[in-house]
Amino acid sequence: MAMNLNPNKNVPETEGLKSSEQILLQLGEEESYLHMVMRRFLKHKLAVAGLIVFGLIILIAALAPVISPHDPNKIFGEFEAAPSATHILGTDPVGRDVMSRLIYGAQVSIAVGIGAVAIYVALGIVLGLVAGYFGKWVDMLIMRLTDIFMSFPYFMVILVLVSIIGPSLFNITFVIGLLGWPAIARLVRGSVLSIKEMDYVKAGVALGYSTPKILFQHILPNALAPILVNATFGVASAIIMEASLSFLGMGVRPPAASWGNMLTQAESITVLSSQPWLWIPPGLMILLAVLSINFIGDGLRDAIESQNAK
Amino acid sequence: MPLSEQEKPLLQVKNLKKYYPIKKGVISRTVGYVKAVDDVSFDIYPGETVGLVGESGCGKSTTGRSLVRLEDPTAGQVIFQGKDLAKISNKEMRKLRTELQIIFQDPYSSLNPRKRIGDLLAEPLIAHKLATRSEADKKVNEILEIVGLSKQYKNRYPHEFSGGQRQRIGIARALMLHPKLIICDEPVSALDVSIQAQVLNLLKDLQKELKLTYVFIAHGLGAVKYISDRICVMYLGRVMEFATTKEIFEHPLHPYTEILLNAYPIPNPHMRDRKQIVVEGDVPSPANPPKGCVFHTRCPFAKDICKEKIPTLTGKGHTVACHFPLESVNV
Repeated sequence: MAMNLNPNKNVPETEGLKSSEQILLQLGEEESYLHMVMRRFLKHKLAVAGLIVFGLIILIAALAPVISPHDPNKIFGEFEAAPSATHILGTDPVGRDVMSRLIYGAQVSIAVGIGAVAIYVALGIVLGLVAGYFGKWVDMLIMRLTDIFMSFPYFMVILVLVSIIGPSLFNITFVIGLLGWPAIARLVRGSVLSIKEMDYVKAGVALGYSTPKILFQHILPNALAPILVNATFGVASAIIMEASLSFLGMGVRPPAASWGNMLTQAESITVLSSQPWLWIPPGLMILLAVLSINFIGDGLRDAIESQNAK
Repeated sequence: MPLSEQEKPLLQVKNLKKYYPIKKGVISRTVGYVKAVDDVSFDIYPGETVGLVGESGCGKSTTGRSLVRLEDPTAGQVIFQGKDLAKISNKEMRKLRTELQIIFQDPYSSLNPRKRIGDLLAEPLIAHKLATRSEADKKVNEILEIVGLSKQYKNRYPHEFSGGQRQRIGIARALMLHPKLIICDEPVSALDVSIQAQVLNLLKDLQKELKLTYVFIAHGLGAVKYISDRICVMYLGRVMEFATTKEIFEHPLHPYTEILLNAYPIPNPHMRDRKQIVVEGDVPSPANPPKGCVFHTRCPFAKDICKEKIPTLTGKGHTVACHFPLESVNV
C-alpha cells in the first residue's frame, strides 16, 4: 500500500535541472531583484527623464558655490533690472542676482524634501513595524495615534507649529518630518500584518533570532517596495510644502534664498505683469522638481508592483 | 524502534491545550473558544520518529508548533531537558531553540525571498554567535553537500529554486544549529510525488547520520508509514490512538484509525471488494465539539455511553481512547 518509494539514494544528482542551471549560471543570466526592478524602471521613459532632471537639480544644489555667477546675497546697483549679460535672469527689487538665488534655492528645496521625508519615513517604519508585529494594545495605541494625527488639517498644523518654534530651514524640515509619518506607519503596518504570517518569519522565531533582527532584517526588506514609492512622492509634497510656507513668509527666512520666498514678489501686480523674470524661473523650478519626482515615483511603482506576481 | 523501559523521553507533552478565543462585536468580547488542541499527552524518545496524523483541522500542526513554542499553549506542559517550554522566559527559550527546530510545509513561504541561500543558512550560526562569518561559510558548504545541493547555489535567491530544492534548503537551515528534535510540519505534502520520495529519504538518512528525533506531521498515511516508528492519530484536537507503526497498520483499535486506513487507496484491483467501514458526515466544529467522545457523531459503533463520557487514553504501549476498541466488537 505504500506509495512508490523508489529508494532514490543518490538524491544529490537527481534533480535533472542541474546541468541546464549550471549553463545558465555560467551565462550569468541569474537576475537579482534589484536588477529586475532597474530593468523595468529603465523601460519607463518618463521616469528616466524625471531621474535625469532631478539628478541635474541635485547637481545644481551640490555645486551651487561653483556654478553660481554671483554671491546670492550680494546687492548690485541696479535693482529690478531686466535680464542682461551680467545678470542672465535680471535682478530682484533689492538688487540681487536672480540666477544665483535660483541656484542656491535648489539647496533649500532638496534639503527640505529629502530631510523631512527621511525623518518621517524612519518614524513611520519603526511605528508601523511595532504596531503590526506586536498587535493587541500596542497596535491599538499606535493606530489611534495615527488617526488623531491624520484628522488635523495638515497644512494648518504645520503653519501653527512653525510660527511657534520660528521659521527656519531646520525647523520646517523638522516639523514636516514630525507630521508626515502616519501614512507610512499605516502602510508598513499593513504589510507587516501579512508578512508576519509567512513561514520565514516563523522560522526566524524558531531559530531564535532577536525580535529587532526579525523586524528589520526579515520583515522590513519585504515591506520596503511600497514605502519607497510613497517616500518618493513624499519628497515632491515636502518641496511644495516648503515653497508654500516660504511664500507665506513662514519658511526659509530672507535674505536666504528659496524658490518659495522668491515667488513672494509675485504678490505685486506690477511684477506679475511686467517683470516675469522675477517669478517665472522659481515657479518653473518648483514645477520641474515636483514633476520629475512624481515621474520617478510612477516608474518606481510600476517597476516594483509588476514583479510582485512572482 | 523498540523502546527500552529505562530510556528517558526526550520530550514530554502533558495535557497540552490550545484554545483560540472567538471574538465578536465592536468591543471584541470573547464568545467562545476553538479547541484546536484539547488535552494531548505523549512522550517522544530520542532517535525515534513519531508520526502525527489526522484530518485537516485536527490540531496536529498546532500541536507541532506548540512544541517549538511558535504557539503559546493555553494550558499544559511541554517538558524538554527538564524545563517546561511553556513557562520559561523568552531569553531561556532562545537558548533552547538551538535544540528544537521546525521544517515547514510550504517551501515557497518558508524562505525569505530577499536573502541569498548562503546568508540564509549562515544566519542561525551567526545570530547565536556559534561561528564567525568564515566558519559559518564553511559549515554552509558542508550542509549544502549533505542535503544534496551544489555550493555554487550559495549566491542565489530562493525564487531561483524548485519546490524540492527549496524544501532541502529549509531542511538545511533547520540542521544548521545541530538540533536534537525536528518538527516536520507536513514537509512533503506541497511537493510532487517523485520529489516527496527524495525528501523523505533525505530525512531518513539524516536521522541515521545525525541521530535526530522527528515529529512528523502529515495527513497522508503513506509518508507517515514510511518514516515513522510510532504513530499518533488525532481527531478534533484529541489523541485517539498511539502505537507503533506496525500495530497501527495491522491491529488498529480505534474505529477512527480503521477508517483512516480504509480511506487510503490500495492500488490492487483484487482488493476492490474488501470490507470497509466508511465514515459519514463532516468533522464537527472544534468551536463546539460533541459531548463525550468527540468521534461519536461519526462512529459506526457509537453507543449511549459514547455520548456521555469522554474515553480516556488507556493501554500500555498501544494506547487508545475508545469505550469499545475494535478487538471487542468483531469487524
